[in-house]
Parts: sequence; structure tokens; C-alpha cells
Amino acid sequence: MVTVTLWGSLAELAEGQRSVEVEATNLRELLQALELAHPALEPQLARGVSVSIDGKIYNDSWFQPISETSEVVLLNRLEGG
Amino acid sequence: MAKDEFQTREFKVVGTRVPRPDGLDKVTGRARYGADMSAPGMLHGYCLRSPHAHARIVSIDTSAAEAMSGVKAVVTRADFTVTPEDQGTRDILDNVMADKKALYDGHTVAAVAATSRSAGMKALKAIKVEYEVLPHVIDVDEAMKPGAPELHEGRSQESVPEGYSQNVLARSQYGHGDIDAGFAKADVIIERSFTTAATHQGYIEPHACLATMGNDNQGDLFCCTQGHFLVRSTCAEIMGMESGRLRVTSSEIGGGFGGKTTVFLEPVALMLSKKSGKPVKMTMSRDEVLRASGPTASTSIDIKIGATKDGRITGAWGDFRYQSGAFYAMNGALGAMCGFAPYDLENLKTVGWEVVTNRPKAAAYRAPGAPMAAFAVESVMDELASSIGMDPIDFRLMNGAEEGTKSAYGPTYPAIGLKATLEAAKAHPHWSAPLGENQGRGVGCGFWFNFGGNTSVSLMINPDGTVSLSEGNPDIGGSRASMSMMAAEELGIPYRQVRTIIADTASLGENDVTDGSRVTFAVGLATIKAARHAIETMKARAAKTWGIDADAVEWVDGAAQPAGPNAGKFPPLTLKEIAATMSNTGGPISGHHEANAEGAGVSFGTHICDTEVDPETGAVKILRYTVFQDAGKAVHPDYVEGQLQGGAVQGIGWALNEEYVYGEDGTLQNPGFLDYRIPVASDLPMIEPVILEIPNPGHPYGVRGVGETGIVPPLATIANAVSRAADVRMTSLPMSPPKLLAAIKAK
Repeated sequence: MVTVTLWGSLAELAEGQRSVEVEATNLRELLQALELAHPALEPQLARGVSVSIDGKIYNDSWFQPISETSEVVLLNRLEGG
Repeated sequence: MAKDEFQTREFKVVGTRVPRPDGLDKVTGRARYGADMSAPGMLHGYCLRSPHAHARIVSIDTSAAEAMSGVKAVVTRADFTVTPEDQGTRDILDNVMADKKALYDGHTVAAVAATSRSAGMKALKAIKVEYEVLPHVIDVDEAMKPGAPELHEGRSQESVPEGYSQNVLARSQYGHGDIDAGFAKADVIIERSFTTAATHQGYIEPHACLATMGNDNQGDLFCCTQGHFLVRSTCAEIMGMESGRLRVTSSEIGGGFGGKTTVFLEPVALMLSKKSGKPVKMTMSRDEVLRASGPTASTSIDIKIGATKDGRITGAWGDFRYQSGAFYAMNGALGAMCGFAPYDLENLKTVGWEVVTNRPKAAAYRAPGAPMAAFAVESVMDELASSIGMDPIDFRLMNGAEEGTKSAYGPTYPAIGLKATLEAAKAHPHWSAPLGENQGRGVGCGFWFNFGGNTSVSLMINPDGTVSLSEGNPDIGGSRASMSMMAAEELGIPYRQVRTIIADTASLGENDVTDGSRVTFAVGLATIKAARHAIETMKARAAKTWGIDADAVEWVDGAAQPAGPNAGKFPPLTLKEIAATMSNTGGPISGHHEANAEGAGVSFGTHICDTEVDPETGAVKILRYTVFQDAGKAVHPDYVEGQLQGGAVQGIGWALNEEYVYGEDGTLQNPGFLDYRIPVASDLPMIEPVILEIPNPGHPYGVRGVGETGIVPPLATIANAVSRAADVRMTSLPMSPPKLLAAIKAK
């Protein structure tokens, strides 16, 4: 199981849990599992999120590996200038 | 070790100050900017813009304009018949051509294409628009209140609680720990409210494009942009055409700073061209740039920080309310994530709000959302340090983030350079230089994420041994020089042997926009890998020539050579020699790399500024300014220094003078550079950049993005300096002379 930390306002949509556990080995599986376990997250996941895996930020790379010991944090999808 | 991880090496080209490849074109006027392209039979396009801040469009009558001599096409929203699937693209369409309502002063409601400027201007006057003027709202705090004039219906996201107007589109909360418990442990708590004005990126080149749509539904677009692949996909969706049928070529760019990461004129020009059957050129005036392209958000921010007497922060809280103009933009969330990012905090809560108002849609402006948040946080940090009698750098060092710190936005930091910038600032002669009467010194820190993203590069070995490199990102910060340098470094050849061009959308795979400080990192990574790909081919050609196995060949100093005595004894074959025989050894040689280069490293900076305040007038003079930034390996130090200096200069304008001024009727009162005052050379001292080359472990040369962090600390740094010089805490930007004088008199 991978532990995923949600940002505060997203946690409110996941029954108030700041961290949730899902079965996933990569980014795509993680996002799919989150949506399945917590349907209220679906609108935000559809709008897009960034995911920090062990301190590095990913936007789109479905097959980025995630291990059970990875630190995984969901973030608002980042934009730059 | 993976090949994209940092490895210590001796550089021969990278790190030198080679001549910039675009210099001659730019100083001789040969460079082609957005407005420099013309086509036979070309028409000139112009926009009719709303004079009202908020109005229902009752009717538009274009018949008189269409009947005028020289007028070849008139378009309104009725001509845009495709509704994009994505809400973001629907917003872009609504922004470039108003639908049922004009949402801000300057919002386009119709456009014409004519054979001359005078015919176009007459046609605009002949279009009859009936408006029903609606109440408007400009201020972010007013816009959030129930009962405020509302721009849209049903657009608030699920994160917005009850009790706010529908102008509040999103709310994001970050943080960790227990702030109540944290504040309970504090000996000193300071809580302040701040405001910042909307400012424009101030790029010198206005938006411009030349669009050609054939009746076969194929098109070409030449435009000034930070991302022509994004222009292609956005315009194709709005026009209802397949993206492969639209080729977009980016012009030379006269500044962007985030403001050219979307489209404004391009879909309108394409529609005018489609309707008229002629190429259409459009160029914004400065008035249009300021009224209708994206400035940054204005903000209203509350900050509370508590600390013990010995300087340890026990709790921090921030509420970041950002107005994003007439459509959604994510700036408040970024403020909530970045404001406290330089610090190691046990108890933290931040909330970011995205609010719409009757202003032009906010666009990115270098590290969008972060400078205003840093202004508020760093101002309270400064006041807190003073209140407990600590040196402001020591206070920041005591609470500074480092490897292993849980960041304000959630993840744990890997190795980072914040404390290195603070230590460098403390050791610099600037920090201990004496100050005179009415003078003050400020310090501030800043953070930005930095991105990677989709990148595609092609590197061609030419028969004479020169190298042509194609990248897909408009060069806004020296990427042609830095890509040529990295290719030359990897290939082992002189810099002048490589020429880099920006390829159009039909010539390379997808490339993300030039934003997020991503290009030197991500395109550089792709360039290095494309060069390595070409090297593998050249090694194979040498092996074939020598009749040995390719694995027995190595690449050293621009030449293939046997890897050891067992491989055979052959004189090295240089790149030039291999290129000269490539048609005999297997044909053209090139290298490519395409990847989504994610995982870029974050960046920190610390700035010091000295100011002098005239107590009679409230005028501020910047006396001295020094920038310290963790920049990773500086590929071309001149460009890196320019990024740091440019960020400071733009921050000086933002802090002291720049401001969107609105009248009671919600119209912009200062849409020109005489009344919207950006800093000029005589306002500025020499900005001293200090580059700290802390290698990014995720790049083979240790490169880190540098384009955005430099604008994060200046607002706070200057506010801290001015507050000390004037002996009054300034909490509202810009600190223009009337505002500062009033604060001095109110002491």
C-alpha cells in the first residue's frame, strides 16, 4: 500500500483524511485508485493535480514508479510563467 | 548511476561567456518579431473592445461595417461555432471574444479585417453594440462578499464553503501540525494584513500575429508567443480543426515573463482570415496590451507568525486572497504553497483563494502567485526578528528549511540551497556596509518550484561537421546559446560549430510552453541525450570503418577512438571526418530525444536591498541591490545574471510604482507607459548577482531553472528596506510616493 498525503481542502472531500492508503505501483494506478476509493475527489483529479514523489514533482508521467516507502503528496496542479 | 543524474565533470564550453547567437540580428533590426512578418494580399485586423467593466451584450449590428469599402471580414462570437470541451479553453475563447457579457474594460466584442488601418478603424466605429451596463467589482475582498456583482454562475468548485459570492471559484488549504498549539507556545505573535496591486509583465513587444487560413481548412500562424505548440492546440480546438492542419511558427520574442503563455489575438486573426480568405495580421497597441492581455493578480493577504524569544517559530498562518480577473487562474493556491516554503515550520496553515473580478484575466508573471505571498510573509518575518532583537538573516537561518524539512506545501525537501543563499548574503560586504540618514536595508527570501515537461529535440550532423540543433521552445532567456553550449560540450566540439533554431510545430514533437523555468533544465537534458544518441551513431560508423565492434569504440574530445589496445590501433576519427563520409558509411547522422522530463529541482533566493526615503516627498531611491540565488550549474553565466537582475528590476517596479488604477466606472485609467510607470535605467543601481552553483542532482550537468525565483524576494526585500528607512511598516504595494508620504505623516 502507498500512503498519499492530500492537501487540506482535498482532505475534506476524502472524509477528512489528510492521508489515505491505496494500492499502486505507479502514478497512473495511484490516481485511478484514489478516484475509486474516494469518488468525491473526481472533479479535482479531472481538473488535474501534480504529485510529489520523494520530493520530485510530476504532472503527467503515468508510469513513474512508486514504491510502498515513497513519500507521495498530492498538490494543486502547478503552473509557471 | 542513471545518465540523467548529476556527475561531477570538468566543463570546456558550459560555464563560459560565449557570444550570444541572436545578438547581431537584434542590434541590426534583422530579427523578426511578431509584427515583422507580412504576406501578399494581407489584411489588417482590429478588435472592437468593450468600454464597460461589466455589461450584457444585447445586440451587435455589423451590417454597416461589412458594407464599407476596404472591409473584408467582420467577426463576432457568433462566428465561433465550436464549444471547446475543456473549461480552460472555453474560458480562453470567452476571453478572446466575449459571449453574452463583456466582463472587463477592453474585452473584445467584435473584430474586423480591412485593407488598411484607416478602413479598419472606420469599420470599428460603424459596428453598433447595444450594452446593458451591469454593476461591476474590482476589489478582491469586495468580490468575495455575498451580494457582490457576480461574473459567472455555477463555476465555484466543490472546495468553496457556503457564505461567499459565486466569484469565489476555488479554495486550497495547505499546512501541517496544530497552529493553535503552536501559537500558544509563542512569546511574540505578529499579525498583519497586506495588499498588492495588479501589475503587468511589461514586455516591450506587444502581442502580434499573422494568420493564414485556406479554404481547405489548413492554416499557418506566425506569432509572438512563449509556446507555439500550445497556441496550435488551443487555436485548433477553438477553430474546430485538427491540430496537424495548423502550423505555428514562433517569432523572435520581445519579452514574455509568463504573459505570453496563452492566446489573445491568434484565434481572432485565424477566424478573420478564414472568413476573408486572405492573410490577416493583428498587432495590439500598448493600450490594448494593458487593458486586455493578462496582468498579474492583485491580492489581499493576512499573515500571523508566532515565535519564542530565542527566535524559533512556533506557529504560522496565512490567508491568501487573489483576484484573477474575469476567469479562473490558479494564483492564490500557489501563494499558499510558496509563501512559507523557505521555512521549517512545525505548525502551519495556509489558505489560498481564487476570485474573479471585472478585470482582464490574470496571466502568469514569473513564479505566478509567489512574489505577493513572499512580500506578506517576509514582512512579518522582518518585524518579528526586530521585535525579539534578532538579526533578520540569523532569524531566517534559525528557521530555514533544509534537507529533510517538511515543506509548507507537503513534501519533504531533498538537498536544497536556501541556507547557502542566506549564508552568502550574511558574508557579503553589502550586509555590513554602513547606512546614512533616511536609509534602510532589507532582506527577503523566496522560493519557486521549477518544472520540466514535454520536450523534443533534434540534432543533425551536417556533412561539413557543423551541427544543427532544433528545439521547440521560443528563446526568451538565451536557450539558443545554452543549447548550443550543451550540445558542443557533449559532442566535444567548439560552440561556434553548433547553431540552434526554434523549429515550428510541424517539425518537432510536442513541446510544452517556455515557462516554469523549465527550458534550460528540460530542453538541456533532451539536448544532451540527443547528442549522446548522435555520438552512438558516429561511434558505430567509426567501428564499421575500422572493422571492429561498436562497443570497442569510445568518444573523446570530439572524436571516435578505439576504447583500448585490445580494440585495435587506429588513429581517432573526428566528428568532421565521420560527417564527411556519412553518405558512404550509412547515410545521414542525427540524434533525437523526446521525453516528459519531470522531476526538476526547486530553487531558493535571498536578496538584500538598500533604500533611501525622502521624508519630504515619499520618494524612494534604490541605492544598492544584491541577489543571491541557488542557480545550479550556470550554463551561460551572462544569461543567468541577466535573469537575476531582471527579476530584481521587475520587483522594484512592482514594489514602488507599478499599479493598475481603475476609475469608479471600472475602466482602467493608466493604459500606457507614461502613466503605468515601469523602472527605467536611471531609477536603478547596478544589480549585483551572486550565483551559487549548487548542482541539481536530477540533471547530468547539475542545471537548475533560474528564470522565476529571482522575482519572488524583491517585493518583500524592498518593503523591509523602505519600512526601516522610513521607520514605518509598509503593508501595501506599490509604495508610491503619495502612499509612503501619507504613512510617514501618520506616524
